[in-house]
Amino acid sequence: MSDNPLHTPRALNGRAPDVFRKGAWVPMREYSQNEAVDFVVIGTGAGGGPLIARLAEMGYSVIGFDAGAYFRPLEDFASDETSQSQLYWTDERLIDGANPIKMGSNNSGKAVGGSTVHFAMVSLRFRPEWFQSRTKLGYAVDWPLDWREMWRYYDKAERDLAIAGPISYPWGPKRPRYPYRAHEIGGAAEWLARGAEAMGYQWSETPLATVSAPRGDSPSCVYRGFCRVGCSTNAKQSQLVTYIPRALKAGAEIRDLAMVGRIETNAQGLATGVHYHREGQWHFQRAKQVIVAGYAIETPRLLLNSATDRFPDGLANRSGYLGRNLMVQSNQAVYGRMKEMVRWNKGPPSLTITEHWNYEDKKDFFGGYCWMAQGPLPLEWSAAVSSSRGLWGEALRQKMMDYNHQVGLKMVGEMLPSMENRVTLAEEKDQYGLPITRITYGWQDNDKTMIQHALGEMQRSLELVGAQDIWRQENDTNHLAGTARMGFSAESSVVDADCRSWDVPNLWICDGSIFPTTGGVNPSLTITAIALRTADRIQTLHRQGKITL
Amino acid sequence: MSDTLPNPLDERYPGYDVLDKRLTPSWNDATRRVIDARLAVPREARFLNALEWRTLSALCDRVMPQPTYRPPVPLAAYVDQKLLSDTRPGFRDAALPPQRETWKNGLAVFEAEAMARHDQSFHALTPSEQEALMIEAGAGRLGHAGWSAEQMQLFFNGHVLTDILGAYYAHPTAWSEIGFGGPASPRGYVRMQNDRRDPWEAIEATPETVEKTRKENRNVR
Ligand SMILES: Cc1cc2nc3c(=O)[nH]c(=O)nc-3n(C[C@H](O)[C@H](O)[C@H](O)COP(=O)(O)OP(=O)(O)OC[C@H]3O[C@@H](n4cnc5c(N)ncnc54)[C@H](O)[C@@H]3O)c2cc1C
Ligand code: SF4
Repeated sequence: MSDNPLHTPRALNGRAPDVFRKGAWVPMREYSQNEAVDFVVIGTGAGGGPLIARLAEMGYSVIGFDAGAYFRPLEDFASDETSQSQLYWTDERLIDGANPIKMGSNNSGKAVGGSTVHFAMVSLRFRPEWFQSRTKLGYAVDWPLDWREMWRYYDKAERDLAIAGPISYPWGPKRPRYPYRAHEIGGAAEWLARGAEAMGYQWSETPLATVSAPRGDSPSCVYRGFCRVGCSTNAKQSQLVTYIPRALKAGAEIRDLAMVGRIETNAQGLATGVHYHREGQWHFQRAKQVIVAGYAIETPRLLLNSATDRFPDGLANRSGYLGRNLMVQSNQAVYGRMKEMVRWNKGPPSLTITEHWNYEDKKDFFGGYCWMAQGPLPLEWSAAVSSSRGLWGEALRQKMMDYNHQVGLKMVGEMLPSMENRVTLAEEKDQYGLPITRITYGWQDNDKTMIQHALGEMQRSLELVGAQDIWRQENDTNHLAGTARMGFSAESSVVDADCRSWDVPNLWICDGSIFPTTGGVNPSLTITAIALRTADRIQTLHRQGKITL
Repeated sequence: MSDTLPNPLDERYPGYDVLDKRLTPSWNDATRRVIDARLAVPREARFLNALEWRTLSALCDRVMPQPTYRPPVPLAAYVDQKLLSDTRPGFRDAALPPQRETWKNGLAVFEAEAMARHDQSFHALTPSEQEALMIEAGAGRLGHAGWSAEQMQLFFNGHVLTDILGAYYAHPTAWSEIGFGGPASPRGYVRMQNDRRDPWEAIEATPETVEKTRKENRNVR
């Protein structure tokens, strides 16, 4: 069928899919390959999406490239874990190290809208001190960003994404009321709340990027619970249904199924455009400025693959930091069985949260973590039960029958940066003929101490609400960050506070890879807030004559 | 029975069939398309050879033994289909070759070890003999010429278990067995609290209520 979004691009011939109407289209401006556009943005996810929209709204010519498909959620998304793996980045990547990271479903998307098409919508702000974790908390490194400025961009991101959250959030400095009311909490979420209360900790409804009342063409969330394999109703405020439609309206072009393989640089050491693969061929798009937003694996891969005689170790890699300091977040969990029928698959999976240990500093490790309620679907659940409990056969089949009685708490914890955790290129090539990545990861002592602390706390919480048959999932990680660190100097970082590379003045990186540290909350709201700030900074620098367009 | 003990029934949700909801607002067209295709999987080897298929089928029977009171999920067919289409998860342990080669090598080791120890094919061994080899593989103690025990462990835990369980719990039969609501778009759910049930959700039986529940679940859709 010619309308398979995985095989044939949809954003072509002056139009792009209207994600809100079956079979409908919206007009799209198109730029010629020979015209040097103001900005090429590689990646349309949490970082790329808002940048494309804001830069277009400021009047710049912008093309957003994505290697993934342009989905129509109302028509393309089944309620099914297996077939929805169409949203994941499933091209081969090698993993090794003491604690290899499972890639794919857990941490990287490939679609217009990026990983936000299948993310779990948890939209949290950093604790202010994390922007200065070296100075204020004594570990890792500081960010070159000021938390008060970030607070203003968080406000903006939360409004743009219509975050549904509580009237007052229990932790951190004052923030405005969330734009949409908090979602009703489900059975699994209630057990988190009761456990936290029994421990004397505060809890809250989790601020989520899915609407609790209609918004424009998005209906309210219907609590179907398939959020992590794509929202088929458009309640979820992914980039695909928020910033990308805004970008198109403002005159940006989106190129789907367009894999960028190399950034071209000239004799002056400036970027001149990108080589990309689309419809079976390589093409070249000229550009005045290039912004990479491919996330923590593909961003360093592209920059390493763009090496030249002048930049033999990859673009923007004078410091040697490119590809290093990869961070995942610890995502361990504790599960138990209740006598009640919980039916934990109903609703978004993480309806309640406690950030207690993000804001409490009396502990024997650096960094922080939160935990949230859980509601895995059967495939994910069977994999967790089997791998963590070492079960298969009849014993597993019986355990799986407790599905509707199950509850769980899952942490999102801060792993510390290490130069040894990194992304490099392997010999093997992918379907485009590009070297694939090798991802090397090992936990450090601090990470292990935190994980044990969190497992103990989550277990206590479940015990206090009377859960039975309690067990620990010790091996899970998710969310990526690092590999193109933002910093104060060209010697120890890849980009400056404005996400501009130190080495190539018209090359920028704006996605999760610029995080110097990863904090104890899910990353995407911070990525989006930084992208909104970067767009403003670009406009200011342009007005000051510090960017040539 | 103490109320915190697990329910001892094998059929926890008698009479409940996720497929009864196929034409309700819980299923959209995209879901019908993919589930119809899943149910129509050809039940034969298309990628593996005859001996590999038999070894795989034996592994499936051990990893997920199925009750005889309903048609079994054709697990080997799904694994074979996955290899045929070469659908990959997005990562590969650096110690292993690509997925197809890993599967072929791993199956060959089970067969070769069965021949070496019992002078019989893996599929002809007794279930407990098969399980013994599988346990050794999972514990990293089963290597065979050219294929290390570490590779066999990665194969067993990362491919055998993952792919077979992935096939089972992607099937409507398994969804019905565990009382999962199944596809849920566009209708979704309304009653979110503990012990609340939407009329299109399964009812769990107790040993005393099996027949009554079976009748009630027939109307769940
Ligand atoms: C299952 C899951 C649940 C999650 N839940 C949450 C959550 O609840 N809250 C939260 O804050 N975060 C969550 N995350 C993480 C969050 O989605 C990511 O941190 C965030 O989307 C990263 O943003 P990004 O812009 O860096 O990259 P992405 O959003 O991943 O976007 C990168 C895009 O770039 C494209 N790309 C890459 N390389 C190229 C190339 N060379 N050429 C063309 N295109 C390219 C990719 O196709 C992709 O679409 C979740 C992630 C997953 C996978
Ligand atoms: S629960 Fe809400 S956000 Fe999640 S998939 Fe359903 S409608 Fe979308």
